[in-house]
Amino acid sequence: MSNEAVVHTHHDAVHEVHGDHHEHHHHETFITKYVFSQDHKMIAKQFLITGMFWAVLGGLMSVLFRLQLGYPDSNFPWLHSLLGKWAENGHITPDAYYALVTTHGTVLVFFVLTAGLSGTFANFLIPLQVGARDMASPFLNMLSYWFFFTASVVMLSSLFVETGPFSGGWTAYPPLSALGDASPGSKTGMDLWLISMALFVVSSLLGGLNYIATILNMRTKGMSMTRLPLTIWALFFTAVLGVLSFPVLFSGFILLIFDRNFGTSFYLSDIFISKVGALPNEGGSAILYQHLFWFLGHPEVYIILLPAMGMVSEILSVNSRKPIFGYMAMVGSLFAIAVLAFLVWAHHMFVTGLNPFLGSIFVLLTLLIAVPSAIKVFNWLTTLWRGSIRFTPGMMFAIGFVSLFISGGLTGIWLGNSALDIHLHDTYFVIAHFHIVMGVASMFGMFAGIYHWFPKMYGRYLNNTLGYIHFWVTIAGAYMIFWPMHYEGLAGMPRRYYDYGNWESFKQFIELNRFISTVAMIVFAVQILFLFNFFYSIFKGRKMTQLNPYGANTLEWTTPLRPGHGNWPGEIPEVHRWAYDYGKDGKEFISQTAPVGADESHH
Amino acid sequence: MASTTVTPTKMWSGGKSPFNVEYGKLMMWYFLMSDAFTFGAFLISYGTIRFSTNGWPDPNKVFKSYPFAGESTNAPLVFVSIMTFILIISSVTMVLAVHAGHKMDKRGVVKNLILTILGGLAFLSCQAWEWTHLYHEGAWWGHNPFPNADMTASSTNFTNYFFTITGFHGFHVFSGVIINIIMLIMTLTDKFEKRGHYLMIEKAGLYWHFVDLVWVFVFTCFYLI
Repeated sequence: MSNEAVVHTHHDAVHEVHGDHHEHHHHETFITKYVFSQDHKMIAKQFLITGMFWAVLGGLMSVLFRLQLGYPDSNFPWLHSLLGKWAENGHITPDAYYALVTTHGTVLVFFVLTAGLSGTFANFLIPLQVGARDMASPFLNMLSYWFFFTASVVMLSSLFVETGPFSGGWTAYPPLSALGDASPGSKTGMDLWLISMALFVVSSLLGGLNYIATILNMRTKGMSMTRLPLTIWALFFTAVLGVLSFPVLFSGFILLIFDRNFGTSFYLSDIFISKVGALPNEGGSAILYQHLFWFLGHPEVYIILLPAMGMVSEILSVNSRKPIFGYMAMVGSLFAIAVLAFLVWAHHMFVTGLNPFLGSIFVLLTLLIAVPSAIKVFNWLTTLWRGSIRFTPGMMFAIGFVSLFISGGLTGIWLGNSALDIHLHDTYFVIAHFHIVMGVASMFGMFAGIYHWFPKMYGRYLNNTLGYIHFWVTIAGAYMIFWPMHYEGLAGMPRRYYDYGNWESFKQFIELNRFISTVAMIVFAVQILFLFNFFYSIFKGRKMTQLNPYGANTLEWTTPLRPGHGNWPGEIPEVHRWAYDYGKDGKEFISQTAPVGADESHH
Repeated sequence: MASTTVTPTKMWSGGKSPFNVEYGKLMMWYFLMSDAFTFGAFLISYGTIRFSTNGWPDPNKVFKSYPFAGESTNAPLVFVSIMTFILIISSVTMVLAVHAGHKMDKRGVVKNLILTILGGLAFLSCQAWEWTHLYHEGAWWGHNPFPNADMTASSTNFTNYFFTITGFHGFHVFSGVIINIIMLIMTLTDKFEKRGHYLMIEKAGLYWHFVDLVWVFVFTCFYLI
């Protein structure tokens, strides 16, 4: 039997099965509908809500360690009630402080902004926007979530072991991470951390393979690659980055597991460590781990950022009532970013003793990323230019994303220069840079996506007033938290210190640190307001009554108000045009499903 | 804008697979690419450490025995060549199984799958013997009894990497054997006859050939260089 015949029978079979399904409405139990669901929309919600759980926990951790940084000399008895021995006398211990910082980083980077962001929106939007019944393999898709869930359980359990969770920084550099004797957090906590991360890699791989296969293979008739909404292009490159970079991290972790448990010397050499003494190991290289880690670590920041970029492009265009400016340039710059992401990892390692000549090559490649980034920024701005902008909360967050991406991106040019990096490395300047450009910006992309697609997810709207409060407090707060950190970093204030009171040069920042901590708490409180809005609106929000409330062109708005498993009753619509025909020939918007008319002008 | 005016080429215009493969095969290809990066990271790490180390044991002096041979046998790389030969032959039988699947020849599929499984098991047994033999010579993770080629004392990273990477590869072979056994059971219970195609065999075949290909690199890195 020829390959072609197989492909075609397969597709027909899928359509028949799903068509059937819709007419008869098979009975679904609670378990198959809400727990072990294979419907991409439900899996997306599972990723989203698990991600939210971690965002709250990770955010709460940052509030706790900001409390230490803002009030290093105060005692808070309630902290003792909350953390027990980790906060004797109401004062967070150094071990607990480092555990909080480490877990905050790990959780936010991987569980919230990778699983919570691309897990949610790749699952939700890919089948809906390319015109597919579901993911290529709904079963593997379900497994992807449950691997993530298991990883979450293991990570959560590591918070409760006697020696505490891992506390050596989210990058888990050896020798600290390789030697159980080096710190309490490097004992059981680190083993659980590694197991959790390994499970997470599996989850990410299963998800990524599905996203790629769905985008390439399951597009509806007429949906050529250049008619895809930019969200899909962004999620496609995100998936490719994940599939190619996470395995390298996985290899690095396996070697680390061997170093920890089986007496090998991959990362350990004959060094002397206080409290441990001289190591018997020989011939290993701690720098090797950093190469393996950052070969994932750098693409990882684009895994976090690209989905936000894609959603922002879509939301900006819809709410400016204008076509996205420079569609092909947007796709090309996404591609350029995806390629460059693999070629810049050593800019995290300028101060490791890297050969300066090699460093200069990495400087060049790093600064090259400014080109596609600038293309994207200018295209967003020109999309907004003279648009009839509708300031919905989703749109506000999308514009906020652009603002943050510019502010945080510009400091990336500073840090990408190896000569400047010698001064700025491991200071608060770095913290400010990556929190703005990757952390907060991607959170804004995620919020934009949630506000924009919430009606499609739950058939109801989020409350707009709460949305505007959420937006303004968050963006003002984000700048008030991270902008001053640039000054602290330029003054040489190192990151990851427990208490700066010993240094005369940093005493000038006591008040500033207190200010940052206060704003951080206010911003955290506003996120709780958002959570209230989210869960309240699922049940009590204003009901969606129109199929296409934003007047958008993409396919998800052609589905019923509450689409069942299979998304479209009857045939999947055919696509006749790209996703950005806004304000064309006097029509406000023309859905992708509308055939190109005889009297219609061509671009 | 290109999107509304240009008629897209047929392959990519949606409604069908641009590569004319069903999604499972596409996913298998991407998985193999991902897995290639896992092995790539291991082998590059190995290379980095080896080139930053002063000396390294001579594989001809380490891998010179075979089962039931005396203490003083000197047959460098003979046993591992047999292992490699077995694995490559098992790839040939896998090709034959896939080919038989294309022709809907159930008997041919069963016969060749059994041969492939046997080949895989034989390779794993050889590896088990070799590991046991090295273990009895004092080699293990963290222990390296073999001196460098210039007879100076060697670091343990020779054995560390050897056991980790060949072990990881062996684990892949083991998974491949399990997958092939599942394929065999599915063939025997007429699952593929009912579906009308043996596409699953093809996907298992892709994995099996990949594992073989990786062995060529592992073999080169540890036994030849």
